[in-house]
Amino acid sequence: MTARVGVVTFPGSLDDGDAARAVRIAGAEPVRLWHGDPDLHGVDAVVLPGGFSYGDYLRCGAIARFAPVMETIVDAAQGGLPVLGICNGFQILCEAHLLPGALTRNQHLHFRNRDQVLRIESAGTAWTNAFQPGQEVLIPVKNGEGCYVADTATLDQLEAEGRVVARYVGGNPNGSQRDIAAIANAAGNVVGIMPHPEHAVEALTGPSLDGLGFFTSVLKHLVGAPA
Amino acid sequence: MPRVVVDVMLKPEILDPQGQAVANALPRLGVGDVASVRIGRRIEIEFTGEPDLDRAREIADKLLANPVIEDFTVRLVEADETADARS
Repeated sequence: MTARVGVVTFPGSLDDGDAARAVRIAGAEPVRLWHGDPDLHGVDAVVLPGGFSYGDYLRCGAIARFAPVMETIVDAAQGGLPVLGICNGFQILCEAHLLPGALTRNQHLHFRNRDQVLRIESAGTAWTNAFQPGQEVLIPVKNGEGCYVADTATLDQLEAEGRVVARYVGGNPNGSQRDIAAIANAAGNVVGIMPHPEHAVEALTGPSLDGLGFFTSVLKHLVGAPA
Repeated sequence: MPRVVVDVMLKPEILDPQGQAVANALPRLGVGDVASVRIGRRIEIEFTGEPDLDRAREIADKLLANPVIEDFTVRLVEADETADARS
């Protein structure tokens, strides 16, 4: 049976179309979810896409966190539902306390848009099991508020538990502490990533096909294949 | 009607690049004696009934501020105070 992966659209979401397309290219059925509808329609996993939900008002992701769909997603994620937050989706996951820390304004204040090399640090999550640990991938980064911050104890804990999922290589685009580009929750089913794997799934539009691995990973995870 | 004012500031240990950018612009105004600038946010809340500071604190903690990176203070401002009055 084809896995069904939900992609949430908030007011101001930007990359929901690309995320749904990446899900389809990876071999799953994308299911569009609406921020105002708490029903997840029986999906097997959820992607929170990039963009500027609620105009980034107050703080990025701060208002999206209280959308009806998020209440269901928070409960489901705590029960093991795989959830990938990309860019604004990562910010929403931090605001919803599914992931620790916060994303703040890029240290240099510039919006940064470029193809970025990442090193996959943890291939043990629901969204990275198709990679080898230490593998380098090339995917676009595009953010204004992608600087990951957390207190030292939290950072040390993330490192000790193997929950730093990816790091920037060849230059940190936003000043993130310890070059962190992606992190996971303790169970590994919830991952937040600042760069955009959904923009690197086709030769025509992406710098590589490396982003596809995040979406094929969750399919592997759902059929219970060993990581 | 009195209002509740919530001031939200980045925690001291969190870098404030906006504030730094402003501080770096000050010499261009001929101001050379500013050591640092930090930028926060002020939110004014009007309740339909009596202002409720506890409720305002809850709103601030859950939505207006992100306790991971920000601190906040909550205070009452009388109706006749001007918007820029400081306690």
